[in-house]
Amino acid sequence: MHEMGIAEQLVKIALDAIPKDIKNPRVETVHLKIGKLASVVEHSLTFCFEIISKDTPLEKARLEIDSVPVKVHCKSCDHSWEVTGPVFQCPFCEDGDVEMISGREIEIISLELEDAP
Amino acid sequence: MEIKIQKKVLQVNETEAEKSRKFFRQKNVFVLNMMSSPGSGKTETLCKTLTKLMPGVRVGVIVGDICTTNDADRLVKTGARVTQINTDQFGGDCHLSASLVLDSAEKLGCDDLDLLIVENIGNLVCPAEFDIGEDSRAVVLSVTEGEDKPLKYPLMFRVADVAILNKIDLLPYLDVDRDLAVGNMQKVHPRMPVFEMSAKTEEGYEPWLDWLKLKVFEKTGKGL
Ligand SMILES: Nc1nc2c(ncn2[C@@H]2O[C@H](COP(=O)(O)OP(=O)(O)O)[C@@H](O)[C@H]2O)c(=O)[nH]1
Ligand SMILES: [Mg+2]
Ligand SMILES: [Zn+2]
Repeated sequence: MHEMGIAEQLVKIALDAIPKDIKNPRVETVHLKIGKLASVVEHSLTFCFEIISKDTPLEKARLEIDSVPVKVHCKSCDHSWEVTGPVFQCPFCEDGDVEMISGREIEIISLELEDAP
Repeated sequence: MEIKIQKKVLQVNETEAEKSRKFFRQKNVFVLNMMSSPGSGKTETLCKTLTKLMPGVRVGVIVGDICTTNDADRLVKTGARVTQINTDQFGGDCHLSASLVLDSAEKLGCDDLDLLIVENIGNLVCPAEFDIGEDSRAVVLSVTEGEDKPLKYPLMFRVADVAILNKIDLLPYLDVDRDLAVGNMQKVHPRMPVFEMSAKTEEGYEPWLDWLKLKVFEKTGKGL
């Protein structure tokens, strides 16, 4: 639902990162890292990105999304494991104090520019 | 050619949230971000909470509503200072951003407040993603929404520091298992305090008020 805002930020950061001395830059791919628990719906982000990137060097770019597993750590018994469902209880101790290590990322990693003709 | 970037896409909001946090620290006010789906009872819970906390705790409220002033009107009656954010004017309608909250907090004035409560937009998804510079996050779930909501919206229950299970006065009329609802919240967030309450009958308010007052006191040294 807030994918439009995310797409806006994404396009802004990407445009700022393109060196000014490149003539008619065209971005082929935008590499992203998105945590499995981040509230981002991929097709909705792609859709918003297409709208926002229109008439910019990103217009033809493809979003390549690397999805990051949800990893947690129990502060009570020091175990770490990957969570695949919505359950964060520690399987090793009774009532552990569980913190997230990864899975909430929404990051832009890199751009691939088309080579100049 | 590859251009390395490695940046958080929501960095702008995070920077704003840090600015807000600094502002709230300067003003020595505790900030609570209240979230839920529409109709869970945020406004009603706040009305009751404000009445019981004031004047011992001086409370201000920022309420995000999509286009009416109904919530603000209800809250003003408690005697609290209230300001409203109508998100449709700003083009977004699913969450409050840190910069909107900071602007409103400055407008509201925080000098004479101990506690600032932000009633976020009714939505269990987006507000969970946006830090507004708060000290604690509360999520309200009403018994009418079903026991499975915490499992369907885990991020919200994960980022919350405390949960309210509201409308327990309706339990006799519903086929809802309250222990399962609470259990599901704690599956997503072990050790999170859950208060079972009714904003209508005011059952179960004491533990919640004690929790909130202690939080305000821990940060500000005020209000107890
Ligand atoms: N029976 C009952 N109704 C409630 C309770 N809390 C709120 N309501 C009602 O639920 C509706 C939505 O409440 P409101 O506070 O506006 O929800 P919000 O959208 O989360 O702010 C209103 O009609 C309230 O009167 C409660 O504890 N019990
Ligand atoms: Mg409301
Ligand atoms: Zn453990």
